[in-house]
Amino acid sequence: MRTSPFRIGLIGLAGIIPGMLVAVVLFLAIYSWPAIHFNGIGFLFRETWNLGNLYADPVTRRGVQVPIGAQYGILVFIVGTLATSAIALLIAVPVSLGVAIFLAEGAPPRLRPTLSLMVELLAVVPSVVYGLWGVAVLVPLIAHDIAPVLNSVLGFIPFFAGGSPTGFGLLSSSLVLTLMVVPIITATIYSALLQVPRPDKEAAYALGAMKFEVAVRAMLPMVRGSIVGAIILGLGRALGETMAVLMVSGGAINYLPGTITSPISTMASFIVSQLDSAEQDPTGMAVRSLAEIALVLFIITVIVNVIARLITRGLHVGLGSRA
Amino acid sequence: MSVSEAALEFPLLRGRRIRTRIGWALSIFAFLLVAAPLIDILLLVAVRGISAISIPLFTTVTNGISGGLLNAIVGTFVLSGGALIIGVPIGVGGGIYLSEFGSGSFGAIVRFLSDVLTGIPSIVLGYFSYITMIIGLGWQFSALAGAITLALMVVPYMARLTELSLRQVPLSLREAGYALGASERKVIFRIVLPPALPGVLTGALLALAISVGETAPLIYTAGWSNYVWNGKLTHEPIGYLTYVIWSFINQPFASAHALAFAAAFLVVLVVLVINITARTLLFARTA
Repeated sequence: MRTSPFRIGLIGLAGIIPGMLVAVVLFLAIYSWPAIHFNGIGFLFRETWNLGNLYADPVTRRGVQVPIGAQYGILVFIVGTLATSAIALLIAVPVSLGVAIFLAEGAPPRLRPTLSLMVELLAVVPSVVYGLWGVAVLVPLIAHDIAPVLNSVLGFIPFFAGGSPTGFGLLSSSLVLTLMVVPIITATIYSALLQVPRPDKEAAYALGAMKFEVAVRAMLPMVRGSIVGAIILGLGRALGETMAVLMVSGGAINYLPGTITSPISTMASFIVSQLDSAEQDPTGMAVRSLAEIALVLFIITVIVNVIARLITRGLHVGLGSRA
Repeated sequence: MSVSEAALEFPLLRGRRIRTRIGWALSIFAFLLVAAPLIDILLLVAVRGISAISIPLFTTVTNGISGGLLNAIVGTFVLSGGALIIGVPIGVGGGIYLSEFGSGSFGAIVRFLSDVLTGIPSIVLGYFSYITMIIGLGWQFSALAGAITLALMVVPYMARLTELSLRQVPLSLREAGYALGASERKVIFRIVLPPALPGVLTGALLALAISVGETAPLIYTAGWSNYVWNGKLTHEPIGYLTYVIWSFINQPFASAHALAFAAAFLVVLVVLVINITARTLLFARTA
């Protein structure tokens, strides 16, 4: 049978989705190409982000026009991104495991829909509202209570020692990210736990295991793969989160975080905070370098998401064929 | 109970019971650790937001860091509405393809990439729009650029949710349609789509909630304006509620903070109402 025009139309609409991904990477790469060429690989390893003298005549370096003294390095933002995501996951993973076990096995069945709805709602609160809450509640709490306590209890470790923090910085960003990542990790683990076949649970009970032991010793190992996938999925979210981090991070430039209360910037938040200044660059190299950050962020998050999806996808097939 | 009697006799069993108790306590504590901030966020936004709500808020435009939110409310409607007008047809069409004809390798690729696309940071999509539409096409900050950017985010959600709800329609209905000699288009639009429509509409509602709450991709595509949208699609910036939240909370003035909380209250209200309705509808359907 000939392919009908109707079906060709549907194929066209479906093709827009991969087309969008290709377009994003292509246009980012083309637009940032002069910056990629100018910055070289050192882009990833230099600490200094300096727009140069925007009012003097630009000079030609490496075959492109740039402002005098311009240097673009994003090591600070890469470190900020990785540090906030790592701390957020460090807290979020055990919490998510606890919440998922509680929802799947501990909570009374009657309350389960309401309680899991609450966790899902955490995922739909807009990023900028987390930022607002961070500025209004979390940042003062860290400045007045959490940081002084950390300082007096763990102050012998340089990472936790701090003079008089403002509250804006690594810890507040990480905690906000934690809240945003927990519902993603929890939802994936929770639905995996619900799929554990009943006979497997009964086998554990038959061996004399208590309910909590069944959940932790029998069910968690069975959904090990889903847990890994969920964590990577959460990592993808944390790496790219923008507004909430921007609002509570303190926006550090040219400065690597030394302690848990240091101000930081992430790649995503830096793009938003710097575009205004970058637009003042008559050579356009600053805007192109920001595009290069977006490209790096795109590549990282695509890799992370592909890995996460491959892991969780393969598992669904596995569980299906087992049951 | 036999377990507690046994626990008295075997110290080993007692140790296990204590550990189990601690385990449950920790898991409940984990839940509270997550629930408390959610409740605090909602209370904060409700209390400070409601106290900032007044009639002029809805009837006057923003004036510097005070005034009303009329321009932002209209702008959010325009941007989100535009995103749905552009994104829903593409997403639904893609979803129909995935569910009806997407069993081959092209379908698998589209399905996989749309999942990947939902994980791309919104700021990256925003920057893509900035270099293509604002710089490349010279549109300047504008309603159309903002709406297209939001549509980019909404399409993969729409496609997957449409696919999901179409797949719940039994195969026998399609076979009956084809057996009567109906064309592909007729089977899909007259037989498959009607029973799946509530699911598709739920998807569109969730897409609306996503676009109302987004900020990062709009900052450098839609811009900001103190005036009510004048109907121009390009070359005219447009205000929106989430901009007020992030930008005004950093101003050292009480009037700016009041506007930020009022905007946050409106955004959270829309997002929560949509999500709770959609989720209870979906839950009622699947349960």
